[in-house]
Amino acid sequence: MEEIRNYTMNFGPQHPAAHGVLRLVLEMDGETIVRADPHVGLLHRGTEKLAESKPFNQSIGYMDRLDYVSMMCNEHAYVRAIENLMGIEAPIRAQYIRTMFDEITRILNHLMWIGSNALDLGAMAVFLYAFREREELMDVYEAVSGARMHATYYRPGGVYRDLPEQMSKYRESPWHKGGDLKRLNAWREGSMLDYLTEFTNDFPARVDEYEALLTNNRIWKQRTVGIGIVSPEQAQAWGMTGAMLRGSGIAWDLRKKQPYAAYADMDFDIPVGVNGDCYDRYLVRVEEMRQSNRIIQQCVAWLKANPGPVMLRNYKVAPPSREEMKNDMEALIHHFKLFTEGYGVPAGETYAAVEAPKGEFGCYLVSDGANKPFRVHLRAPGFAHLSSIDAIVKGHMLADVVAMIGTYDLVFGEVDR
Amino acid sequence: MSVINETSLVERLAARFGDMLSVNVQRNEVTAEVAPRDLVAVATALRDEAGFRFGTIIDVCGIDYLGYGKAEWDTDTAQGESFSRGVEGQAMGRFTWEERPRQVEQQRRFAAVIHLLSIELNQRIRLRVPCEDDAFPIVPSITPIWPGADWFEREAFDLFGIIFEGHPDLRRILTDYGFVGHPFRKDFPLIGNVEVRYDPEQKRVVYEPVSIEPRVLVPRTIRNDADLDQARAESADHWREN
Repeated sequence: MEEIRNYTMNFGPQHPAAHGVLRLVLEMDGETIVRADPHVGLLHRGTEKLAESKPFNQSIGYMDRLDYVSMMCNEHAYVRAIENLMGIEAPIRAQYIRTMFDEITRILNHLMWIGSNALDLGAMAVFLYAFREREELMDVYEAVSGARMHATYYRPGGVYRDLPEQMSKYRESPWHKGGDLKRLNAWREGSMLDYLTEFTNDFPARVDEYEALLTNNRIWKQRTVGIGIVSPEQAQAWGMTGAMLRGSGIAWDLRKKQPYAAYADMDFDIPVGVNGDCYDRYLVRVEEMRQSNRIIQQCVAWLKANPGPVMLRNYKVAPPSREEMKNDMEALIHHFKLFTEGYGVPAGETYAAVEAPKGEFGCYLVSDGANKPFRVHLRAPGFAHLSSIDAIVKGHMLADVVAMIGTYDLVFGEVDR
Repeated sequence: MSVINETSLVERLAARFGDMLSVNVQRNEVTAEVAPRDLVAVATALRDEAGFRFGTIIDVCGIDYLGYGKAEWDTDTAQGESFSRGVEGQAMGRFTWEERPRQVEQQRRFAAVIHLLSIELNQRIRLRVPCEDDAFPIVPSITPIWPGADWFEREAFDLFGIIFEGHPDLRRILTDYGFVGHPFRKDFPLIGNVEVRYDPEQKRVVYEPVSIEPRVLVPRTIRNDADLDQARAESADHWREN
């Protein structure tokens, strides 16, 4: 009889289900995984070292490019770390704006996740549905910051500018005209907050659509129920956070347990799973979208009723207005120093974490009093999650590895940094 | 993180570990410095014992204190040289691989920093483990205690060259296969050492020394005039309205 041996297989980095640039070296016994060894770092850009070479504010844009589907949450961790060290706090309206955009970001992220995860497991349609709503929310990003993805909107001391009074509209063109144009602009007559009101009223029905496609779908359940079970003990020992932890039944959410921004005033629930398998994590994330929708509604109502400053008036941190610069020598000097030299951050160290859509995204910041950070370390949830893959997929079939990579919600921008 | 009752954690740490830890609290964040030889005992106790219960490893990272507190441009006295990109020196980002500083002296240059979280008790702690030997920084691994530390330690090894003794599989993780050096050390050039391109003649990817020039747009400054204190005083005084 011929000798049967394990063989080694390369999964990625060019595989469509590898979510970017994961190279996974699998040792297989037939179709069963014996060992999974991910090789990461193909997208390593040295963000942390680059941040050490620049004034604090110039690195905010790098944060967007870490987890490039939950941009503003990354910025939030970084600016919170700076604010901690400086001992400043953003005005209340800025806190609500940040809360609202964190939740918009969460929906954006989960839509991307549900679409790509379903696509990995063979359901094409969900992706198209999810991108319909993603487009609407990206318009909100664009309206507020000018960029659809890499917004660089949060600043230490607040946010860059207040919400726009007028939501951007489609103009008539050979592609958008007549009834089509009218439909596209139906929500866009008023301010951005009016647009979000319309969106949030509509969104639960859209989530029902995704659920109709997946929740009771026989194939979907065959691919996810009982696959990639993570026990609560495992989840903690491997440093899992976010939906990976909640899917295993631990009701841990920084927004509730260690509230930041305006989360202490928000009314929302934390969904938890029971079995800790891929299906439970799917249910948790879908419910999180509904809860995020609720939070956005509360923020919109508050923001409509409470105008006010969105940035500190401390010119050592925040630039003065153009108008003021023209009339006031002090303001001109402040502006000049802020943009040529930046601001000094008191010496010390801090760790600021936010509940990013993928889990706990933290920023460990060490300053020696200079205008540039001495050390920035970014704690990416995906990095901790992916490190557990060998322990979780051992004994699973090859196709289940794809389900597992999908359920980790990996983005290599943050894993590789 | 105001929900956490830090003082009691600090008291519990002092009662349990005594001189093994030097604890300080800044902005409600508890930092404990622990010697490498005590790390495994302390970490095991922090994970298992009532009152600590740090079941979740959040982060392990390296840090290189070379050049801590050094500025490139003097702000205390008037000087002939202006604040500009013309500042010269060997600070980070200003040297190439060939010109990198080779004789550096800094006491206790490297440290590993560990962040732990207790989900049960909703508390956090930061452990700093200084490496005693600068030429061969070594600390014990905590991967046997929290398996999640595995990749974080590999990352700190890769980027800083800190050896984690007892780690089951201490390989490079983020840098390229066959990479030379530890890129996040302060004496490693910001521009890197090699670049790759596809060579159509040899029909393969080739490695070459980097062709870009080091360039720093904003010099590193430390101001002792306490910008923020001044700003706070000014805003209390409403100087703009005066």
